[in-house]
Amino acid sequence: MKILIPTPLRPYAGKQASVEIPAGSVDEVLRELTSRYPDLRQQLFSDDGKLRRFVNLYVNDEDIRYLQNENTPVGPNDTLSIIPSVAGGCLN
Amino acid sequence: MTLSLTKSQWTDLRKHGEETFPHECCGVLLGKFEEDGSKVVQATVRCTNQRSDSPHNRYFIDPKELVRIQRQAREHDQEIVGFYHSHPQHPARWSKTDLEEAHWTSCSYVITSVMDGTATDTNSFELAGMDDNKSFHNEEIKIL
Repeated sequence: MKILIPTPLRPYAGKQASVEIPAGSVDEVLRELTSRYPDLRQQLFSDDGKLRRFVNLYVNDEDIRYLQNENTPVGPNDTLSIIPSVAGGCLN
Repeated sequence: MTLSLTKSQWTDLRKHGEETFPHECCGVLLGKFEEDGSKVVQATVRCTNQRSDSPHNRYFIDPKELVRIQRQAREHDQEIVGFYHSHPQHPARWSKTDLEEAHWTSCSYVITSVMDGTATDTNSFELAGMDDNKSFHNEEIKIL
């Protein structure tokens, strides 16, 4: 399966825009990804091991929060997109 | 660092802010990164501000929309190089909220001030660092 790496994380993933990982659950796939690219771990997870709140994960077009979270299966032809949040506003 | 875009792209992202006034508009900039870190915009994509609870001073782009836009970019050999939004009745300068909610390091955040429905200044800021060490740096906008 393919993981799409967003621009801000590419420096930690060998400058690659995508990485091929064997199929598995989202948790297994991310473990393999951060095993290959250890510097990615801090970008994706906070100190307590949880996914950072601004990191959104999509299996194809579905947010894993509406599927099975980290247990969501990712098949060999699926794509996992890592999407940091985009938000803001003029109010301080 | 510079952010290059055509007059048409610059005009459109400003016009978007005028059309959504008094609410904040938002969108994505697609293009390419140069060797020196400068960015060339090849397309702008308007998005829907999902902050219906406070659209006059907050914006949020649905990540699902970003998944679609990223797919579109890859089909055209483009990347997400930045984002734009407007500040109704506020200056074209990043706010504390803008910085807190910014997570696309190395990308451009373009802000347009819209005063009484008319776009005034448009400025660009590049995000550097992460967490407590992140900051916005002023970035020159080059109109091609």
